[in-house]
Amino acid sequence: MEFGLSEDDRLLQDSVVRFLTTEVPLDRVRELAAADTQKAGFDSALWQGLADLGVLGLVVPERFGGSGQGFFLAALVSEALGGVVAPAPYVGTSAATWALLLGGSAAQQEQALPEIVKGKRRYALALAETVAPRQDAALRLQGNTLHGESLCLIDALPATHILAATSDGMLGVVEQGAAGLAMRPMQTIDRTRSWGLMQANGVSWEPLGGDMPRDQLLRRTLAAARVLLAADTLGAAQTMLDKAVAYAKERKQFSRVIASFQAVKHMCAEMVTELEPARSLLWYAAHAQDHVVEEADLMACLAKAHLGDIGREIARSATEVHGGMGFTDLVGLHYWFKRIGMDRQLLGGPELTREEAARLQHFVQ
Amino acid sequence: MDLTYDERYQAFRQEVQRFITEHRHLAPREIGLERPSEEQKRWQRLLIEHGYAARTIPKEYGGFGAPMDVLEQFIIADEFSTAGVSQGLSGQGIAMLVPTLLELGTEEQKKQYIPPTIRGDMVWCQGYSEPNAGSDLASLRTSARVEGDCFVINGQKIWTSSAHFSDMMFCLVRTEPDAPKHKGISYLLIPMTTPGIEVRPLMTMTGDAIFNEVFFTDVKVPVTNIVGQRGEGWKVANATLIYERGMLGDPNQTTNFYKRVVEVLQRETIAGESIMTRQPQLRERLLRLQGRVLAMRFHGLRLLTHFSRMEMPGVAMLVVKLYGTVLNHELAALAIDAMGELGTLYDKDPMLRDDGIWQRWYMFSLGLIIGGGTSQIQKNIISERGLGMPREPRTPEEIAASTAKQPQS
Ligand SMILES: Cc1cc2nc3c(=O)[nH]c(=O)nc-3n(C[C@H](O)[C@H](O)[C@H](O)COP(=O)(O)OP(=O)(O)OC[C@H]3O[C@@H](n4cnc5c(N)ncnc54)[C@H](O)[C@@H]3O)c2cc1C
Repeated sequence: MEFGLSEDDRLLQDSVVRFLTTEVPLDRVRELAAADTQKAGFDSALWQGLADLGVLGLVVPERFGGSGQGFFLAALVSEALGGVVAPAPYVGTSAATWALLLGGSAAQQEQALPEIVKGKRRYALALAETVAPRQDAALRLQGNTLHGESLCLIDALPATHILAATSDGMLGVVEQGAAGLAMRPMQTIDRTRSWGLMQANGVSWEPLGGDMPRDQLLRRTLAAARVLLAADTLGAAQTMLDKAVAYAKERKQFSRVIASFQAVKHMCAEMVTELEPARSLLWYAAHAQDHVVEEADLMACLAKAHLGDIGREIARSATEVHGGMGFTDLVGLHYWFKRIGMDRQLLGGPELTREEAARLQHFVQ
Repeated sequence: MDLTYDERYQAFRQEVQRFITEHRHLAPREIGLERPSEEQKRWQRLLIEHGYAARTIPKEYGGFGAPMDVLEQFIIADEFSTAGVSQGLSGQGIAMLVPTLLELGTEEQKKQYIPPTIRGDMVWCQGYSEPNAGSDLASLRTSARVEGDCFVINGQKIWTSSAHFSDMMFCLVRTEPDAPKHKGISYLLIPMTTPGIEVRPLMTMTGDAIFNEVFFTDVKVPVTNIVGQRGEGWKVANATLIYERGMLGDPNQTTNFYKRVVEVLQRETIAGESIMTRQPQLRERLLRLQGRVLAMRFHGLRLLTHFSRMEMPGVAMLVVKLYGTVLNHELAALAIDAMGELGTLYDKDPMLRDDGIWQRWYMFSLGLIIGGGTSQIQKNIISERGLGMPREPRTPEEIAASTAKQPQS
């Protein structure tokens, strides 16, 4: 029984964190965030670097060019990316990879997975309407083609493909740039990633052709995406806490460092008291995705909700510890604040995912 | 991550399960806040004999004598708790004094005190807090001066849980009045029957008298009743505080507690409909707490892995008392809210639910938020030792220096 990181996990985590620390300095984040929304949220060199590190093939079996090490590591990578607010379409691509593994036909897997591992194929997620359709958006099949609208696509513009769900929960893939497809960037608080609105007018759509029942495939895909989002929040919240503690040890008021004020100490203590057990919950939820499959869905809902809540608290408190500086653009703390704010709403906010968890446990019908 | 157990542990788990199935009819219902009954002591002896209590305590001190193995300990706790069967006696003697003696006691002390304590024949109370020394424990004033081969003790302790039925007290006293605050304290073992000790029960908010004031007037104990050296009592006490805080954040207990709250929401009704379906706000609170309970549970497993690898878990360990005690309090609060007006019933009202445990737990868990180092003290510890932030001023000099810096009003 080992509940924690193995030696190998730690090596991978260290190498990813080291890579990201040099490749994604705050200036790079700023630069991309300032770019127009067509370019925002994607650094192609960074993506290639991640592919070279093998990070895009962690869940992909060796016969498709990956290392088949499991979902837990993918969550650790997502955490590391959140930690530096990396402009990378990782959640979309990884969740789609997971969907292809679980529910793609052999031919689809053979075609897509090696390309994903190499960094050549990237996926946006058009799944929001399966959780909570806003503005009456929906994607429908007419014959073999897709019609309708989907909002808040995750990793919209850097994607070469879109994993899209019909309103009755069938998953399939659309090619970016396909005839009849219009993709418009959506401007959100989070400019470290890319968001979009897709309009389909008779777009050709290829359903995932594996054996897993439609409903189960959708739930497992959502679960994976939610765990990755929660991991992203965990990483971002940890960085905010670290920055708050470091700032408090430097900044002086009333002739002393503010870290010596008990009010400030207690804010930091409260943040870490929430963060550490939440990390343990997230680890389990990630592990469950491929090792405790019967709990994969429930744990993803609960972990997403929990990280969403404590992430928000930490984002607020860590900003407060920085005083006015936290509110400015100067220290760039707001990129983390906004990233956490975005993760919280995607694919179901805390109340929505908890209600799903209640249904999964038959607390309600 | 690997949550499977290898064969040896699987076999061990089965062995524990078999024991529980075969013997559960002998288990006492609940270990209460009283002196252990004969039935409880019999059960305790049976547990020790099979190695499910006092497992790692050496045979010569009456224990089972198994080598330390955190996974075995975990499996035992897990199985007993899942089965809802008593894991034997707890209490400050077993949880705090025994580990301290094992670490720092003399051979005679170990032989004399450990065997009757783990069997439940010798009951202990903890005499640390004083009216003017709570969070600032090191400012305690109860004194002990040496006269011949005795310590002569004078002073007062307060909040002393179980003192009214204890045989012995492990106690902090000031033996070197001229030494600096933390260096003048000694750790003594005091028989409660010694002349000059007076125990006055203090009623608590739950309506029970679970703790006491204890007065000492020229109480004499042999100088050999000291643990560690004179003036080293602070260090000795800190060894035990670690054990106390570990005891106050038990994920198994919280998990069981959560399950009972689920039952309350399903069972209690308004206009014939269960609270669970009728009141989505309370359901949301339940799910919110479920996330926290699971976080605490998995956090426990993570710490366990650290210990089994002989690693220091760092700040992850320090947050456990604060997190766990507040969570228990919130769980009880939710159960009460689900019952509404009927959640306020108490004592022996005929409509009382679950023997009145919810209100008692609601209040008692608040006591645990305060006892064993308050939440604010925990936050000081977490920020200082866990995050490396500056220490609160502690010594008179540091305090004088820090107040001198405050602007005059
Ligand atoms: C149920 C229960 C059982 C107990 N059992 C025992 C027992 O068996 N033996 C025993 O010796 N003691 C026992 N205690 C006593 C317990 O350890 C003390 O109550 C506790 O340490 C707090 O001390 P105090 O009550 O003097 O409160 P105080 O220290 O006066 O604290 C009052 C308030 O001030 C805050 N405060 C104090 N200092 C600081 C600081 N430096 N920074 C920030 N805030 C601060 C506290 O957090 C608290 O909110 C028990 C207490 C309870 C509630």
